[in-house]
Amino acid sequence: MEVFLQQLINGLTLGSIYGLIAIGYTMVFGIIGMVNFAHGDVFMLSAFIGLILFLALQQFLGLHSAALSFLIVLFLSMALTGLWNYAIERAAYRRLRGSFRLAPLISAIGMSIFLSNFVYVAQGPRNKALPGSFDEVIKLTHGGAYDVTLSYKQILIVVVTAVLLAAFWYVVQRTPLGRAQRACEQDAKMAALLGVDVNRTIAATFVIGAALAAVAGVLYLLYYGVVNAADGFVPGVKAFTAAVLGGIGSIPGAVIGGLLIGLIEVFWSAYFSADYKDVAAFSILAITLIFMPSGLLGRPEVEKV
Amino acid sequence: MSRPHIPHAEERPQGASRSTPAPASFETPASRAPQDEGALLRVEKLSMRFGGLLAVDDLSFDVRRGDITALIGPNGAGKTTVFNCITGFYKPTSGRIALASGGGALDAAALDRLTRSSARGNGALWLLERMPDHEIARRARVARTFQNIRLFAGMTALENLVVAQHNPLMRASGYSIWGLFGAPGFRAAQAAAVDLARNWLDRIGLLARADDPAGALPYGDQRRLEIARAMCAAPELLCLDEPAAGLNPRESADLTALLRSIRDEDKTSVLLIEHDMSVVMEISDHVVVLDYGRKIADGAPADVRNDPSVIAAYLGVPDEEVADAAQEVGA
Amino acid sequence: MMATGSDAPSPARTALVDAAKTGLVAGLLAFPVLALRAEPDFSNKLVLQQRWSWMLVAAIAGFVLRLLLALAPTAKPKSATQTPTERAARKGPKIFAAFGLAIIAAWPFLVLLVVGPSGALKWIDNYGVQILIYVMLGWGLNIVVGLAGLLDLGYVAFYAVGAYAYALLSTTYGVSFWLCLPVAGILAAFWGILLGFPVLRLRGDYLAIVTLAFGEIIRVVLINFSALTNGDAGIASIPRATFFGLAFVAGPRGFDAFFGLPFSPVHRLIFLYYLILVLALVTNMVTLRLRRLPIGRAWEALREDEIACRSLGIDTTKTKLTAFALGAMFGGFAGAFFAVRQGFVSPSSFNFTESATILAIVVLGGRGSQIGVAAAAIVIIGGSELLRELDFLKYVFGQDFDPTQYRMLLVGLAMVVMMNWRPRGFVSTREPSIYLGASKSIGADLVQEGRG
Ligand SMILES: Nc1ncnc2c1ncn2[C@@H]1O[C@H](COP(=O)(O)OP(=O)(O)O)[C@@H](O)[C@H]1O
Ligand SMILES: [Mg+2]
Repeated sequence: MEVFLQQLINGLTLGSIYGLIAIGYTMVFGIIGMVNFAHGDVFMLSAFIGLILFLALQQFLGLHSAALSFLIVLFLSMALTGLWNYAIERAAYRRLRGSFRLAPLISAIGMSIFLSNFVYVAQGPRNKALPGSFDEVIKLTHGGAYDVTLSYKQILIVVVTAVLLAAFWYVVQRTPLGRAQRACEQDAKMAALLGVDVNRTIAATFVIGAALAAVAGVLYLLYYGVVNAADGFVPGVKAFTAAVLGGIGSIPGAVIGGLLIGLIEVFWSAYFSADYKDVAAFSILAITLIFMPSGLLGRPEVEKV
Repeated sequence: MSRPHIPHAEERPQGASRSTPAPASFETPASRAPQDEGALLRVEKLSMRFGGLLAVDDLSFDVRRGDITALIGPNGAGKTTVFNCITGFYKPTSGRIALASGGGALDAAALDRLTRSSARGNGALWLLERMPDHEIARRARVARTFQNIRLFAGMTALENLVVAQHNPLMRASGYSIWGLFGAPGFRAAQAAAVDLARNWLDRIGLLARADDPAGALPYGDQRRLEIARAMCAAPELLCLDEPAAGLNPRESADLTALLRSIRDEDKTSVLLIEHDMSVVMEISDHVVVLDYGRKIADGAPADVRNDPSVIAAYLGVPDEEVADAAQEVGA
Repeated sequence: MMATGSDAPSPARTALVDAAKTGLVAGLLAFPVLALRAEPDFSNKLVLQQRWSWMLVAAIAGFVLRLLLALAPTAKPKSATQTPTERAARKGPKIFAAFGLAIIAAWPFLVLLVVGPSGALKWIDNYGVQILIYVMLGWGLNIVVGLAGLLDLGYVAFYAVGAYAYALLSTTYGVSFWLCLPVAGILAAFWGILLGFPVLRLRGDYLAIVTLAFGEIIRVVLINFSALTNGDAGIASIPRATFFGLAFVAGPRGFDAFFGLPFSPVHRLIFLYYLILVLALVTNMVTLRLRRLPIGRAWEALREDEIACRSLGIDTTKTKLTAFALGAMFGGFAGAFFAVRQGFVSPSSFNFTESATILAIVVLGGRGSQIGVAAAAIVIIGGSELLRELDFLKYVFGQDFDPTQYRMLLVGLAMVVMMNWRPRGFVSTREPSIYLGASKSIGADLVQEGRG
C-alpha cells in the first residue's frame, strides 16, 4: 500500500512533465500535420537554459532565494526556448510546409540531431548536476515499513503544471490567437482567405509549445537535479507516446496521456523491471496505435472513399 | 484476346445526345433479348449509420445480370455509401448483400443456408458484407470506380491497366519467384496482360497516350481510363460512381457508347450512379431512386421518370443542380 | 547609395533589415547555452565560464548567412511536365552511372595506386566499405519507403538482427559466415513480418513512430538481455570471413600465402570491399527486377493510392508485408556483413541516428531512384567521413579544439539544409516499369509519396 501510494505520487509528478511536453507535439501535429521530431531536444535545451540561468543568478547576482530564482528562471527559459523554437520553425520547417511529407520529417530529425550535438559541443558531454533546492519532504505516513513522502519539488511541479495549463487553456479557448489556431487546424487555406495570418499563427503555436516544453525542462531539472545533452530523445518519444495515447490533436488528451505514461512507467519500474521501463512505454505506444489509433480523446480518422 | 472496336459517337446509329433525349432511346433496344437469368446482386434491408446519421435506411433492390442498373437520387441521398457497402469499403450497420458469381442463380434457399453458416461465400454465392474489400474485388468479381477519380496518378495509363490484372499476374509469376528468373510462362502471361491493356486503351481512345502518366491526362480521359482499369480486373459487376460528372456532351456520348458495349459485348453487368439524367434515361435498363437513404422508386426508366414521388424528391430540394436534373427527368 | 526615391523599400534594404533581424535573433539564441558554459570546479560544483564573444560570433554568422541566402538566386519553379531538355538530361544519369560504376569497381586499386598500401587502409575502409554498407541499406530501405511508400523509422532493427544473428551463431556454434549470411537475412525478414503484421494497417506518421518504437525496443532488449547479448559490452572476437576457406592471416595457410602474395591487411579489406559491393549490387538487381514484376507494380500502386489498390483486388496487407520483409532481409544481410567486418557488435551501433541516416539517404536520393540513393549515400556518408579529416582546424582554433565533436552537429545541419534545398531529393522523376512505345520519365509532381 505504501509503495503504491508513493508510486502514485511519483507517477503523477513525472506524468505532469510528460504532459507539458506532449502538448507541444499535439499542437504542432494538429496545426501542420507534422511530427516535430526536434521537440524532445527543444525540451532538453530548455533544461540546459534553466540550469545555466540558475547558476548565473547565483554566481553573478548572488541570488539565493530558491523561490525567486525559480520564478525568474522559469519565465526567462520559457521566453528563450520560445525564441529557439520560433527560429527553428522559420529556418527548418516553414519552407517545407505543404511539401512532401517526408521532407519536413527529415528536416526535423536533422534539427533534433543538430540540437543535441549543439548542446553537447557547447556544454560538454558530462552530466550537469544542479545543487538541490526545494529538497524538503512531507511525510504522509508514519510507522509503516516505509514512509510515504511528498517532496516540495513534487508539489511545486504539480502546482506549476496545473497553473500553466489553466493559463494555456485560457489562451487556446478564449483569445483571438486560440481561435486562429483552431481555424488553421480545420483548414489553413480557408483560414488564410478569411484573413487569419497563418504564418504567424503557426509560429505562435511553436512558441507556445516550446514555452510549455521549457516549463517541463525546468521542472525536470529541478526534479532529477541533473541533465545531459542526450536527454532529449527518450523523454521526447515518451511525450509523443502520451500525445498519441491521449489522441493526437487533443490538448486535454495530451495531458491525460502524459499522466498515464508517467504512472505506467513508474509502476512498471516499481513492480516489474526498471531495465525494461522504456520497453513498456514503447510497447504502449505501439499497442495504442494498433488498437486505438485515434487515442483516448482524439477524433477518429474516417477514410472517406 | 482481341475485342471488337466500339464505334465512336459520330458513327453511332442513334442520335442520342445530352441536350435532346429522344424518347425512343429510353426503350430497351429490340436487338437485345430480354434477359431473365435473374439477379446478380441482391441488396436486402441494407442500413448504414454514421453516428447520428442514417445514410442508408433499410434499402433493398436487385441488380439483374446483363443489365445496366442506375442508382439515382439527390446529392447526399446515400448512393456512394451504398457503393461503399457493396464494395466492402464500409461495413454496413445491418443488412445482407448477396452476389451470385459465375452465372449462377441467387437461389434464396441456398442464400439462407449460407447466411446461417459463418462462411463468406461458397464459390458461387457471396455475402459481400462479410468480405474485406480486396476479396470482394478478387473473388466476387466486383470492380468499381470512384466519384473522385482514383487513378495511380504517377503511373502511366498502361501501368494502371496492368496493375488491375495483379492477381492473375501474381499467380503467373509464381508469387514473384519464377518471375524473378524471367520464366517463360510469366512472360507469356505478362504479354497477354499488356495485350488486354492495349485493347482497352484502344477502346477508350487512349492508345496514343499509353506511356503518359495517368495524372497528366485530361479529366474526361481519366474517367474513361478508370473504367478501363476496373474492366481489366475482369469483373462480373462493374460499379461506376458518377462516371459522367464533369464530362462535356461529346465525352458524355462516348461514355454511353462505352457503357453499352461493356454490357453487350463484355457481358458485364453495370451498376451506375449518375446525375446526368439524359445518360441515365438513355442507357439504363432499370432505375433505383434513393432519397435520404430510402428507396422511393424502383423500375424501368420510363416508369421512374413519371413517378410523382421521384419528381417530388428532386423538386423538394431547393438545389439548382437538382432542379436542372428534375427538368431533364421531364417534370 | 540606396536612395531609390520610392516609398517601397528597395530589395537590398529589405535584405539588410532581414539579415540584421536574423543576426539579432542568432545572437540572442547564443545566450545562455553558448555564452556560458557550466563546468565543474575542483570541488565538483558547477561554475560558469564566460564566453560572451560567442554571442557576437553567432550574431555575425546569422547576419551573413541570411544575407547570402537573400542574395542567392531563387530557384525557378520546376515545370510539371517533361520538357525536351529534361528528356535530354536523362542521358546524364546513364553516363554518370556508367562512369561511377567504373570508379566503384576499381576503387581499391585506384586507392592503392595513389596512396600505396599503408595509406590505403583508411580509404578503402572508411570511404569504400563504409559507404557501400549504406548504399546497400539505402537500397533495402528504398523498397519500403521509395517503392511501397511506407515510412519506416526503425530500419536499423533489422540491421541489428542480422548483425547479432551472425555474431551469436558464429561465436556460440562456430557457424561459418557464408552459412550465416542467408540465415541472417531470413531471420531479419521473419522479424520484419512479425513486426509488420500488426502495424502495417497504420498510416503515415503513425507507422513511422511505431517502427521507431520497435527499433528502440530491440535496442533496449539487446542492452538488457545480457545473458544472450552480453549487454552494452557487446560481442567481441566475431570470426572473420574466409575466402573459400582461406583465412586472411599471416602464415602458410592464409590467403596471402596461397596466392603467393606477401601478407598485407589490405587484402582482407579488398575482399570485404568486393563482398559488400556484390551484396549491394544483388540488392539493386533484385529490386530493379521486382519493380518490373506484378509485386513491384503493386508496391508502387500502393504508394499512389491504397484505396484504388483494394478496389482492384490487391491484398494491401500482404503486399506491404512483402515490401517490409524484403527490405528487412537486405538489412539483415548488411547486418551480417557489418558484424564480420567489425568483428564486434554492440547495441550502440544500432541507435535511432542510424535509422535516421538511412532514411535521410533514401529521401535525399529521391524515393524510388536507385542511382539517387547511391549518390545520396556517397554524399552523406562520404561527407560525414570527410568531417573526420578536419584536424587542420586545430591550427586555426588551437590544440584543444576537437573537430570530430562537430561531425554530428554538421550532419544534422546538413540534413536540414539539404531537405530545404531539395525536398524531393536528387532524382525526383519516376521511370515507368513497362511501356508500349518509349519510356518517358514521370514528373515528380504527379508521383505520390504514399500515406502508409
Ligand atoms: N464516412 C462517412 N462518415 C460520416 N458520414 C458520411 C460518411 N460517408 C458518407 N457520409 C454521409 O452520408 C450521407 C450520404 O452520403 P453519400 O453516400 O456520399 O451521398 P451521395 O453519394 O448520394 O451524394 C451524407 O450525408 C454524407 O455526409
Ligand atoms: Mg456520391
